[in-house]
Amino acid sequence: MQLSRKWLNEYTTVTVGDREFAEAMTLSGSKVEVTEDLSETMHGIVVGRVLSIVRHENSDHMWVCSIDAGGETPLQIVTGAQNVSVGDLVPVATDGSLLPDGKEIRTGELRGVKSEGMLCSLKELGLTLHDYAYAIEDGIWILQEGDVTPGTDIRSIIGADDHVVEFEITPNRPDCLSVIGLAREAAATFGSELKLHTPEVKGCGGDIHELASVQIDDPALCPRYTARLVKNVKIAPSPAWMRERLRNSGVRPINNIVDITNYVMLEYGQPMHAFDFSCVEGGKIVVRLAKEGESITTLDGNERAITPSMLCICDEHKPVCVAGVMGGANSEIVGDTAMVLFESANFDGTSVRRTALALNMRTDASSRYEKGLDPMNTMKAVQRACELVELLGCGEVVDGIIDVVPKAFEERHVTLESERINALLGTDIPESEMREILKPLGFELNGYDILVPSWRSDVEGTADIAEEVARFHGYNAIPDTLYGGGSSVGGYSTEAGFEREAGNLCRALGYDEIITYSFTSPVMYDKLRISADSELRSSLKILNPLGEDRSIMRRVALGSLLEILCGNYNKGNRNVKLYEFAKVYRPKDNGLADEVKRLTLGIYGEGVSFFTLKGDVEAMLKSLRIRNVRYQADRSNPSFHPGRCAGVWVGEDCLGTIGQVHPEVAAAFGADTELYAAELKIPEMLAHRAGDPVYAPLPRFPAVTRDLALLCDSETTVGELADCIRLYGGETLRKVELFDIYTGKGIAEGKKSVAFSLNLRSDEGSLTAEHAEEVMNTILSGLKEKLGAVIR
Amino acid sequence: MKEKLEALRNASRALIDEALDMDALEALRVRYLGKKGELTALMKDMRSLSAEERPVIGALANEVRSELEQELESRKTALAARLQELKLAAETVDVTVPGEVRSIGVEHPMNQVLHEIEDIFVSMGFKVLDGPEVERADYNFTRLNTPDNHPAREWTDTFYFDEDSINLLRTQTSGMQIHAMEDLGVPLRVIIPGRVYRKDEVDATHSPMFHQIEGLVVDKGVTMADLKGTLNMLVRSLYGEKTVTRFRPHHFPFTEPSCEMDVQCHECGGKGCRVCKGEGWIEILGAGMVHPKVLQGCGIDPNEYSGWAFGMGLERLAMRRYNISDLRLIFENDVRFLEQFE
Repeated sequence: MQLSRKWLNEYTTVTVGDREFAEAMTLSGSKVEVTEDLSETMHGIVVGRVLSIVRHENSDHMWVCSIDAGGETPLQIVTGAQNVSVGDLVPVATDGSLLPDGKEIRTGELRGVKSEGMLCSLKELGLTLHDYAYAIEDGIWILQEGDVTPGTDIRSIIGADDHVVEFEITPNRPDCLSVIGLAREAAATFGSELKLHTPEVKGCGGDIHELASVQIDDPALCPRYTARLVKNVKIAPSPAWMRERLRNSGVRPINNIVDITNYVMLEYGQPMHAFDFSCVEGGKIVVRLAKEGESITTLDGNERAITPSMLCICDEHKPVCVAGVMGGANSEIVGDTAMVLFESANFDGTSVRRTALALNMRTDASSRYEKGLDPMNTMKAVQRACELVELLGCGEVVDGIIDVVPKAFEERHVTLESERINALLGTDIPESEMREILKPLGFELNGYDILVPSWRSDVEGTADIAEEVARFHGYNAIPDTLYGGGSSVGGYSTEAGFEREAGNLCRALGYDEIITYSFTSPVMYDKLRISADSELRSSLKILNPLGEDRSIMRRVALGSLLEILCGNYNKGNRNVKLYEFAKVYRPKDNGLADEVKRLTLGIYGEGVSFFTLKGDVEAMLKSLRIRNVRYQADRSNPSFHPGRCAGVWVGEDCLGTIGQVHPEVAAAFGADTELYAAELKIPEMLAHRAGDPVYAPLPRFPAVTRDLALLCDSETTVGELADCIRLYGGETLRKVELFDIYTGKGIAEGKKSVAFSLNLRSDEGSLTAEHAEEVMNTILSGLKEKLGAVIR
Repeated sequence: MKEKLEALRNASRALIDEALDMDALEALRVRYLGKKGELTALMKDMRSLSAEERPVIGALANEVRSELEQELESRKTALAARLQELKLAAETVDVTVPGEVRSIGVEHPMNQVLHEIEDIFVSMGFKVLDGPEVERADYNFTRLNTPDNHPAREWTDTFYFDEDSINLLRTQTSGMQIHAMEDLGVPLRVIIPGRVYRKDEVDATHSPMFHQIEGLVVDKGVTMADLKGTLNMLVRSLYGEKTVTRFRPHHFPFTEPSCEMDVQCHECGGKGCRVCKGEGWIEILGAGMVHPKVLQGCGIDPNEYSGWAFGMGLERLAMRRYNISDLRLIFENDVRFLEQFE
């Protein structure tokens, strides 16, 4: 809402500067976005009278004028315009003046002749033909503004001596989308008097009821329709003061009747419409839903198909207006309009909003209606419009008012509960102050009963009254306290705490954290080579996505990671390690999702291999006290290299998958390099986490190290060998470490040599050579029996 | 004999002093003190001396022996020190050569801000909760006192999973207020960070997915003064003790009274500049007293209990804190961007 402060001052006098005004209004609830002093946009431009005109001696199209600009001596000004005559009043930009477009005018020479300024066109003053219809577009503006004297500042003539304030009004306060609404707030804010005005209409006899009728077919969508008729209309430009007000409120002047409807909308917050009554067939207004197949050409010249969900204003036969949105061209006010029907109606906000949305034409009217307007305002507005008609002398108002109110408006009452208000706010505001705050806002107090004004449908109970009190007592005057209620112990959930720890470890291992979108494209599953019949493909589908690529909720977090990994690769970033805690969404029967977290890891770069990633995962799991982890080859995961992929297992549970991303998958994501990635399940990790550490006594006896070089089938895995060694090593065997794998010279085809370093220790006493030998023998016979591995 | 001993003493001294390494020194020890050494030989010869001479020369021989041993020892110490010195000198490195850096990863800047805020609230006794992103319209809107015809419910604004607009991607974390009240009951002191979704095309200031933190306190005797005190404490913890704030009336369907909180622009100190778009203040969150209808809907008697709630957008906070100009950078995850936030 753009407010002219001159207009505001007609309703309540507030003289503080713009900054102070904005601050105070913002703090009482009407947020000011920006203020503008229009007079700062230009200066040094005055009215001048043309005293004489002679041809420029060096030009065949320029003129040299002598101008009385109010100074002691006339100014000599050169102009190229052809529409200036002696005696004309014209805008003169004098030496040192500033034009609205930022241009400065200085005395200079034009083809050798001195020019002490410039004569201005409308455009140069930031105006258009809509503002001064009598002017011409390409020529000097010859003023026809009545009795103005040379030297008068042009700003006072065009209304640029005003200040404009742009408000951001919250949707619960459509009453503030008006000069009167804001004046009420300003009066309450500054303690100034609100000077309301009751419109008076003289009338010219006759009776509207004999000429026109209004029928509401859908009362739910049109709770009230008020109308008056004006005859003998003389369409002309509206007077300068009205055009000024409109312009300074951001509305383009058109003609007197249309300007009146806009003026009343801005002043009262009630959108109005004017019909050329001669185009309303049968003199009958019918408010009804559009019929199948109907269409209307709206005032903006577009023909629009309207559907049966849209409320229309119609005559006997056809729609003449889309209710609350825009009028029809078929009943538009034109130059020879002689009779006008003013509509001042109340429409259902949602219906107007949906219609405007469907037609893609949000207008000043619809944006007010959609918030729900005060049904009591229609009468005041139509009266004001008719008063203005008489004031402007642009028509005669037919006696009588049509006012169709299908359902009576119910008053709302609330009780003043000062103690509860103070208890809610944490204040000690006297009841008397509360009463003083409420009155100027239009609340009528009768004992402890509060009658809520009709324009405040947002006020329903004590909490709303508390807000009114708080706004004007001052939010910032409410004290700061810390603890209402008891104290409590704060903290994170187990899962959040775990994520923090795991995140710390990822970073310690050199991984950067990423955040990715949780919706993705169904194509993602193709890129990951997930089979067409995989259960993983049943994802929640957004019915109105921004695009196919953001249309499903991911079931797999790997794809999001790979997108970012490859994005970095393609930007030339080298040696990248990334991690994310990413939710995946498993559909449930009730239409919602099981939302579980995954930890994804991804790396590429120099010297990176399967074992780089595996080493990082091992280090992390160890540090998280997730023990007895097995890495089982997984040759069937479609997203990974079949020979370089492992399931991460603890007991019967799979914690996730690690491996080299399948080259085809990497290629699908746009990378021609080896990518390694892991997707681990947070709940499963959490489930296998050992409890808090418990101290175990440090070893008292020395350990013995034995190296063991084995010869086995090349198919036998290191994991199998190590597991077997552990099995037969018993308690005495403390650690098994791989230190060499060898094939080649000296080793038979189909065989390999694997060497381990074994650490043996007893808690009973120093381990004897015999005891160590015994353990080694047990291990060796076990290896031979189970895996056919022999000592080399 | 005596002369011989004296000669040996002098000769050995000179030689020991001249010895340049441990091997030479050891050779000298063997030459004089070894089993076949010169002094050992001389001492063997003492058997041929007279009884009077023997103790005198014996004492001298012992003197020479212990002297020799001492000198060998001290020369050895000196040599060792010298050798150590040489060895260390030879081991000198160029300390300006870069170290073997083990690179440490970086937490995403937005999560850095999130964790900082979480920690502040945890220290004030709040529990951190997580909640569903795929949500019922009932929780996201209806039970938050948002009417059926509210514009935010439109399919142009909110992502839906079914034609009846029952299941959606939550547009705010506020629905977790209802879950928390239902699941945990009163008294309640919680924050809920999480992802939210709105149907905005991606640009420098919009993203269809972003993050919020919701806060909720419900108990007997909870006031708007508590709301102010707590949020002021948050902001001072985040931006410093001297941060100036203000509260303005605003409108949210599920709080009444409602407010927005501004901090004075750090760039201009409130005078108005490009950063604060001339306003002197920067909006950081929306808050208010929980609407009595919302409490009631969760089976909490608004005559007995009251509550306050707030919601803040994390992206904007992180962008302001780190001077990030484009929201897209947050979700692009270019490591050259991420690694600036060590």
